[in-house]
Amino acid sequence: MTRMNTALKSAPVLGLGASGDAPLAAPFEVERATAASRAALCIGLALVLVAASLPFWGESSWMREFVEIACYFIFAMMWNLLAGYGGMVSIGQQAFFGFGGYAMLMLGNFAGVNPFVAIPLGALAAGLVAIPVSFVAFRLSGGYFAIGTWVIAEVFRLSFANVSAVGGGSGTTLTALRGIDKATRESTTYWMALACVVAAVALVYLFLRSKRGLALLAIRDNEVAAESQGIPVARMKLAVYVVAAFGAGLAGALYFVGNLRISPDAAFSVNWTAFAIFMVVIGGIGRIEGPLVGALIFWALNRFLSDYGTWYLMGLGLLAIVVTLFFKQGLWGFAQQRWGWSVFPTQRKLLHAATRPPSMDGR
Amino acid sequence: MLETLVQGVLLGGLYTLFALGQSLMFGVMRLTNTAQGDFIILGAFAVVAGVSVLGNAPWAVALVALAVLPVAFGFGWLLQRHVLNGTLGKDPLPSLVVTFGLSIVIQNLLLETFSADPRAIETGGLATRGIALGEGFSVGMLPLVVLAIALAATGALQWLFARTALGRSFRAVSDDREIAELMGLDAKKVYAFATALAFVLIAVAGTLQGMRTTVSPSDGPLLLLFAFEAVIIGGMGSFWGTLAGAMILGIAQQVGFRLDPGWGIWFGHIVFLAVLVFRPQGLFPKTRG
Repeated sequence: MTRMNTALKSAPVLGLGASGDAPLAAPFEVERATAASRAALCIGLALVLVAASLPFWGESSWMREFVEIACYFIFAMMWNLLAGYGGMVSIGQQAFFGFGGYAMLMLGNFAGVNPFVAIPLGALAAGLVAIPVSFVAFRLSGGYFAIGTWVIAEVFRLSFANVSAVGGGSGTTLTALRGIDKATRESTTYWMALACVVAAVALVYLFLRSKRGLALLAIRDNEVAAESQGIPVARMKLAVYVVAAFGAGLAGALYFVGNLRISPDAAFSVNWTAFAIFMVVIGGIGRIEGPLVGALIFWALNRFLSDYGTWYLMGLGLLAIVVTLFFKQGLWGFAQQRWGWSVFPTQRKLLHAATRPPSMDGR
Repeated sequence: MLETLVQGVLLGGLYTLFALGQSLMFGVMRLTNTAQGDFIILGAFAVVAGVSVLGNAPWAVALVALAVLPVAFGFGWLLQRHVLNGTLGKDPLPSLVVTFGLSIVIQNLLLETFSADPRAIETGGLATRGIALGEGFSVGMLPLVVLAIALAATGALQWLFARTALGRSFRAVSDDREIAELMGLDAKKVYAFATALAFVLIAVAGTLQGMRTTVSPSDGPLLLLFAFEAVIIGGMGSFWGTLAGAMILGIAQQVGFRLDPGWGIWFGHIVFLAVLVFRPQGLFPKTRG
């Protein structure tokens, strides 16, 4: 919220300086990056390069694990965009996850499209289907929106469960990948996953740094005020919903290329959204680092504790409750408030060139 | 056709009980309880556990079913006072995440304690008894009892809201919490009362669900969706509306099942979405008081 206030204030202050008080105009400048964010960009690029070479020296189980966690991460990232920035808390994003997966599978199995090419096409299909879906879902808001989207996801699940061409309730196999040998398939899937992760982070980051991102933050903080500033609220919300559906579809298509088998219960499971909520809430909602931190924590917990089954899930649920009640900003938000860390800064900081206060908003 | 309608109405009676607690919590504090279905299942399992201790004689079942009600009242009160009150506000996220987290915790707790096997509450033959309404057409005794309880509960809630001091305080904090507090109401206490009442209804719904059919730990989410659909179809802020919404949902599902067993629940969802598109305020909004 404070970030937003500073950003909104910056415009009138600059305006005043320019028109009324000429000498004041120059000393102000807008800072949009931090030392940490520049360093993080370099480290991130280096990490991606190292990761890209993994198929030449790593084990195939690592690749499989990466593909899986990449899907969770992309999905959580998109849920964060929708709920944390768009203010639309949905429990039905699995509708687009599953739809992306099924669209990819049908394109591959029935239309003969290469499944790797079908991944972005499946995402596109999920984005397109979100437009008519939004017509129904947007009738509700707040908590009702959340459960309403869940009902819509159930309609998707039951519909696919009744289509015998894709195996009905028991699902079907991705046969289109049959001709490709295992090593090629695994490394290509891995590279696709890596590319999707980078693309998803870049997409969300650039979107939020753009003018539209600023508009989105304004809508989240106060819809009525945003509308009165001339922001097309309805169009922005639809855009975010469609982008989030596209991303969820991307994660779904990718997941089922890695998994080779799809069923309605797996594709449209509410657990996808449940895990996304846990990741985002624990990491910190409304910040790009949130799902990243959340996904790493989730991966670690999953790796070491998933043998405990029900106790593990119970712990995850309790952790989400405790974090929501006592650390509303999540773990990264806590760190950010405490130490001013920001790896993906989306705010505009107003600096006075002469005095250079360390930070205008205390973050 | 008549039989489908009658079965739909009887099913609607059960859905009314699922939905009333949800409607009450929506109405008083705009709280979306995503764990509603899981609490219903928890209620059913509480009765199952009590019966397994006391034995399944009819008097024991009745005693356990009655004993669960005050426990549910206290549980709802404490939950609202110590957990949910902290999540209320303009932002729907905290209450959604907390209740969703509770839903996961309850499901897995039940799974750990009772295993995934479906359980039922013994009713001494009440579940199998029927009343013949003509040739080859009879209705179950238990569904009729459920319907009667649903009607009584709806009427009682409506009366409570319209005629009593407690109901007046519910309406006051719902309309404007700040003004109500200026008039001397303690909103947090009123909220706790509302949730406590909602949990009594949840316990009743759980007990009857356990008697009518079987319950298993993962049933909750589906019951939540039915409850939610009934509330939205009926329209916010009216208990008779919720009852009507539940009936419409029950009938829609029965018609769907009649056409094709695979599409019954799907058809119920579609009717809900159609109401949302053509009449987003619900069919019977704001008839309360």
